[in-house]
Amino acid sequence: MIINHPLLGPRDSQEFVYLGDANLIDRPDWAAEGAVDTFHDYLYQRTNPAGLHQELWFHEQGDRSWLVVTRNTLTHEITKVELARDVARARGRSK
Amino acid sequence: MADPVLKMSPLKPITQLGGDLPRKDSFPGLTITERTDTALASLSARQGKPAEFHAAARAFFGFDLPAPARSATGGAYTAIWTGPEQWFIEAPFATHEDIAPILKRGFGDSASITEQTDGWGGFDLEGEGALSVFELLSNLDLGKLPSGGASRTVIEHLGCILVCRAAGKSYTVYGGRSSAASLHHALMTAAKSAL
Repeated sequence: MIINHPLLGPRDSQEFVYLGDANLIDRPDWAAEGAVDTFHDYLYQRTNPAGLHQELWFHEQGDRSWLVVTRNTLTHEITKVELARDVARARGRSK
Repeated sequence: MADPVLKMSPLKPITQLGGDLPRKDSFPGLTITERTDTALASLSARQGKPAEFHAAARAFFGFDLPAPARSATGGAYTAIWTGPEQWFIEAPFATHEDIAPILKRGFGDSASITEQTDGWGGFDLEGEGALSVFELLSNLDLGKLPSGGASRTVIEHLGCILVCRAAGKSYTVYGGRSSAASLHHALMTAAKSAL
């Protein structure tokens, strides 16, 4: 499988490590009301789509950037690769 | 008469392979030389100060920091892109042993700088045989890496930094100093096999 790194171009997937669902970016506020329930959902309630799935990959044997890879779980086709930092900032997560 | 300072401190620097002098191995079309004369530091831009950081880099180095997967050289310094907003800086060890404070004076609060000199062990590969050696060792498409190209890659399970000084004939590979002997063994084995 080839991941088309947004900065470095096509790279073999063996250079990368898979973390999981990109919803991990949306970490709840620990100080908010009902944080225990929202953290329970954040940690344990994951969708398991048959189709397009956004996931976090780490370029461990490369430039060590985190990526959000949009992959079709049925065909393994990768349709989009973004820097996780850009995705997180677009969602208002990072400063 | 023996030098009193030397007598008091019988410490002796050794190379990453443990020798007194850099090791050099020759093959048909390739020499592999231990790189011992380089000071290294990592340079990372601090968040929220990109203009200040890049202005400091231009003023300090006299050149712009290189784009992803590239290196740039000017004067005593070579900058190697290693990740988003991060570069490795090479300079001659004899004049820049304290490379981190030297860089810090040029960048102030706009960058985080860490000395890396003894964290890494480098090898220079000179000659047209280098390409076929790296073809055995790395999944990087080295034939497409131009002069001044640079990339992290894996060689024998070791994370390495590979710099192309001159396309097709001159490369430097840095690996962790503690595994320099393993990296050297991998280079030697591949060279014996390929050349």
